[in-house]
Amino acid sequence: MSMRTPLGKVRGLGSAKEGTEHFWRQRLTAVANIPLVIIGLWLVISLVGAPYSEVRATLASPLVAIFIALFSISVLYHMHLGMQVVIEDYVHGELRKVLLIMLNTFFVFFSGALVAFAVFKLAFGG
Amino acid sequence: MRQTQAKSSRPLSPHLEIYKPIPTMVASIMHRITGAALYFGMFLFSWWLFAAATDAAYFDWVNGLFGSLLGRVVLLGFTWALVHHMLGGVKHLVQDTGRAMEKHFTTKMARLHFAVSIVLTILIWIAAYAAR
Repeated sequence: MSMRTPLGKVRGLGSAKEGTEHFWRQRLTAVANIPLVIIGLWLVISLVGAPYSEVRATLASPLVAIFIALFSISVLYHMHLGMQVVIEDYVHGELRKVLLIMLNTFFVFFSGALVAFAVFKLAFGG
Repeated sequence: MRQTQAKSSRPLSPHLEIYKPIPTMVASIMHRITGAALYFGMFLFSWWLFAAATDAAYFDWVNGLFGSLLGRVVLLGFTWALVHHMLGGVKHLVQDTGRAMEKHFTTKMARLHFAVSIVLTILIWIAAYAAR
């Protein structure tokens, strides 16, 4: 027997079944992106035109590797949410919309896979 | 079937092109366009990391592409889109709290937004060139 109240059972279950989660995560990642992007710009500026060995050494250092992982998770999550809204706003055919929303997820994961491979290889590959 | 036809011939409310562009509107539209551009720009970052993890020859090749004239133009646009979208994002976060909503103020802020994003982009590129 469920001990939950009728209100508790339906709270947060709008038509999207997730309440304000999309809005909230969009803001959460937006706030996270502010320091992450500033540090990211600084990192890229410091590596512009650097020789390969120096770039590898920098990207392999623990703090930089952890930073890139955090940066990528936050940015990829944020852009996935954003592109989903753009698709929902402008694509009206139901099939095309669903396919593009899937493609959005695939693209984000593919981009994430490249980053994951690079971070692991650079940090642990020696 | 009939329902589908009725749906396709429904009148639509007027879209963006019938309105006279005003600063706040242009800033808002640019926020979305820069967001979409950054979506693909992030892939350049992923690709660059992937190249760094591969080997020196591939990394140099990718760096060569990024350093070409077209590459630099794309990266300059990417930098501006990033700065503009971030400033717009900060503005949205402030407005989420109910502040900075007065119409004359938002118009001034939208004008300033473009100016600041361009100046910051130039400063970032000066820093990048000065670093080497």
